[in-house]
Amino acid sequence: MAGENIPQDLKNAIGIESSPLDNDIEKGAIKRFAEAIEDSNPIYTDESYAKKLNYRSVVAPPTFLRSVLTNPLPENIKSPYSAVVDGGSVWEYFEPVCAGDIITTKTKLQDVFDRDGRLGNMIFIIRITSYTNQNSELVATQTTTSITYEPKEN
Amino acid sequence: MNQNLYLEDISNGMEIPTVKKDPTTQQLVKYAGASGDFYQIHYDMDYAKNNGLPGVILHGALKNAFLAQLLTDWIGPLGKLNKLEVQYRGMDLPGVPVYAKGNVNEISSDGTIKCEIWLEKEDGEKTTVGKAVITLPSKN
Repeated sequence: MAGENIPQDLKNAIGIESSPLDNDIEKGAIKRFAEAIEDSNPIYTDESYAKKLNYRSVVAPPTFLRSVLTNPLPENIKSPYSAVVDGGSVWEYFEPVCAGDIITTKTKLQDVFDRDGRLGNMIFIIRITSYTNQNSELVATQTTTSITYEPKEN
Repeated sequence: MNQNLYLEDISNGMEIPTVKKDPTTQQLVKYAGASGDFYQIHYDMDYAKNNGLPGVILHGALKNAFLAQLLTDWIGPLGKLNKLEVQYRGMDLPGVPVYAKGNVNEISSDGTIKCEIWLEKEDGEKTTVGKAVITLPSKN
């Protein structure tokens, strides 16, 4: 039966949100992120170029917010399976994020469901994280899908 | 890259210029450090194999970053990326080049442009598929 592999604690936790966490957006962190993804767009590293385009400072790459911390959901909100793969994500962008910003994150457990597939029974955990800046503007949201499964013995 | 792109430049079905990426194990370590994602399947071969994987694999979020670059290189500094959606269908391994590709599939009357985007390998296998919504300035 669908859902029988999902612990009741996890089902009950749908809708729970983490406490907010403030993050300083640092110029050096943006630069290191742009280097790691090997994206040489000067808007991420050249402050005078970014300012010419009317940004406050260097701009964060679209997926930089992935590196910004969020407070965890309570400890009991987890899959009974030990392995996890990233199923995908949906970003929505509303305002730019620049060095010097303070971004407050909150993560909500949006949905949990299971499915049988290539890796056996898989529990899907959907979370949505909201990112708000120092001017109380919602700058972005990211919805992520984590696919959890129990690895088979080799 | 980073030439200005305008709404008038866009036609339905047009291709987004391909971005080729050459991920390496070193890049995975750099990405782990920069993103704070230290899940061992991305740098520890034994750990990855014990989890049923063929070897260390690319972070999904790194592939997401490649697809973001496809769009930001194309739309230039005046365009806006409004929405970026990706689904990971297959695994990508370091040492195997990937091509970020896409095309325009809907132009709305309000100027919003919807695109299909994906990552493919040399053999054409699409390991990541997605959609994006962008807006561009008008020349007028």
